[in-house]
Amino acid sequence: MTGETTAQDVAVRASQLTKRFGSFTAVSRLDLTIRYGEIFGLLGPNGAGKSTTIKMLITLLAPTSGTAVIAGFDVADSSMDVRRRIGYVPQMLSADGGLTGRENLTLSARLYGMPRHERSENIRHALKFMGLEAHADKLVKAYSGGMIRRLEIAQALLHHPAVLVLDEPTIGLDPVARHAVWERLKVLRRDLGLTVLITTHDMEEADELCDELVILHHGKKIVAGKPADLKAAIGPDATLDDVFTSSCGVIIQESGDFRNVNQTRRTARRLG
Amino acid sequence: MISDKAAGQKRLLYPEKKGGLRTVSPSGLAAFFGQVFAIVEVEIRKVLRDPIELFSRVAQPILWLAVFGQVFSRIKGIPTGNLSYMAFMAPGILAQSVLFSAIFYGISVIWERDLGIVQKLLVSPSYREALVSGKAVAAGIRGLAQMVLIYILIWAMRINLNHGVVSILGVMTAVFLGSAVFSTFSLVVACIVKTRERFMGIGQLLTMPMFFASNAIYPVALMPAWLRVIARFNPLTYLVDALRQLMVQGGQSVYGPGMDFGVLAAVFLVLLLLASRLYLGIVR
Repeated sequence: MTGETTAQDVAVRASQLTKRFGSFTAVSRLDLTIRYGEIFGLLGPNGAGKSTTIKMLITLLAPTSGTAVIAGFDVADSSMDVRRRIGYVPQMLSADGGLTGRENLTLSARLYGMPRHERSENIRHALKFMGLEAHADKLVKAYSGGMIRRLEIAQALLHHPAVLVLDEPTIGLDPVARHAVWERLKVLRRDLGLTVLITTHDMEEADELCDELVILHHGKKIVAGKPADLKAAIGPDATLDDVFTSSCGVIIQESGDFRNVNQTRRTARRLG
Repeated sequence: MISDKAAGQKRLLYPEKKGGLRTVSPSGLAAFFGQVFAIVEVEIRKVLRDPIELFSRVAQPILWLAVFGQVFSRIKGIPTGNLSYMAFMAPGILAQSVLFSAIFYGISVIWERDLGIVQKLLVSPSYREALVSGKAVAAGIRGLAQMVLIYILIWAMRINLNHGVVSILGVMTAVFLGSAVFSTFSLVVACIVKTRERFMGIGQLLTMPMFFASNAIYPVALMPAWLRVIARFNPLTYLVDALRQLMVQGGQSVYGPGMDFGVLAAVFLVLLLLASRLYLGIVR
């Protein structure tokens, strides 16, 4: 990729994106630039503003101020055009258990206006890509968590979105299922040039997947950059965990709370 | 100028930007109806896979007709014109069953919100009105299935029903429209209260008063003046009124079927627009 980023290279651009709920500011003047073809991580402790940021980008929440442009369309002025170009996988396992895998995908294809003659072919490809062909006609309530997650990614990809947004994509999955999801995402980036925005608490996941990341805290961007650069800035054997705790730990101490950083991390993990 | 890599990536993802390929997601009336039928189909599939719920909803009508109705018939204290009390009551019980079934649509939407299903629907390029209408049409079809079961029950109680095609079609239309009205009302309530606990509280608070403040089990003329006013503004009153004329032999509508269907259709349209505006609120 060339060093210079032009407007056409940018899949997602948020400028001074802000969300206030009454007197509480959930997201404060956030600037984000996500290039086409990269996996971008949005990290931060609970209450950092990740979910609120995602909701604004996927048009579920109107920003209080600032702008966000996805695939060339403004989330406030052209929300329908944005929705046509994004795929979204929520944090919860959200496939409908009362339907089969194929029926879940068919519903999605119909809601995205896919013509009938393309539908079955696209669905077949999506199921095959995510390794779910053999289970396509079983009810989703019989699927494992990993299978449901793969089905949801298949559903989100069906209409060839410009940007795939995944909220905590592997939370609650066992290590085998987690690695399966990571592999699929890497293949999508490599073979399709898919642009992915993920939120995660899992530093291993962020390290494994993300080309660029941003750490939010109290609604503000406090760290941004490539994982390798951020780790190098801390020290030779530093992990993303260290980057995370050092950035969020500094803020906690600066805010006057002298709680031990490790204790804060344990509490944040327990609260999920 | 776009970098080569970015251009290549974009071409993979935006086939519609090349000449001759279709645009993503058409808009307009065809898209609207496509989305409505997509929602209807999945809702019906789920009901067909688990029809027990349909049968369990017949339990209350059995109680009302077989117990309450039989007892109050003996009292002969409620003036029901030329109809027996059981024949007077039967349309009210069908309407009650429509109300009580449809009112739980709100709970299922809150459940789907908790699972993330609603978020995915709202992030898709679907018209909100189509998502709401799809639910309403599916509720209407469920209402019709329930109508069949209750008709069997009413026939078994030897109440004289109208068998003509026009009457049956009229009853089906009324049941369909009533189910659409009350399920959409339920969705509006769910979007406002947002949680299951609050919905259960409000749901109970609304359904029983709606039932008793209607002409389901007694004529409006018997009500005190203040209750008569409430009954006039209660959509259930118009549903029962239409059913009373269409369903039972000798039954008479007080307001006229034209007024009854007109009110139900108008209430549905208002609720549809309201639910479409409020739907996003359920995920906030």
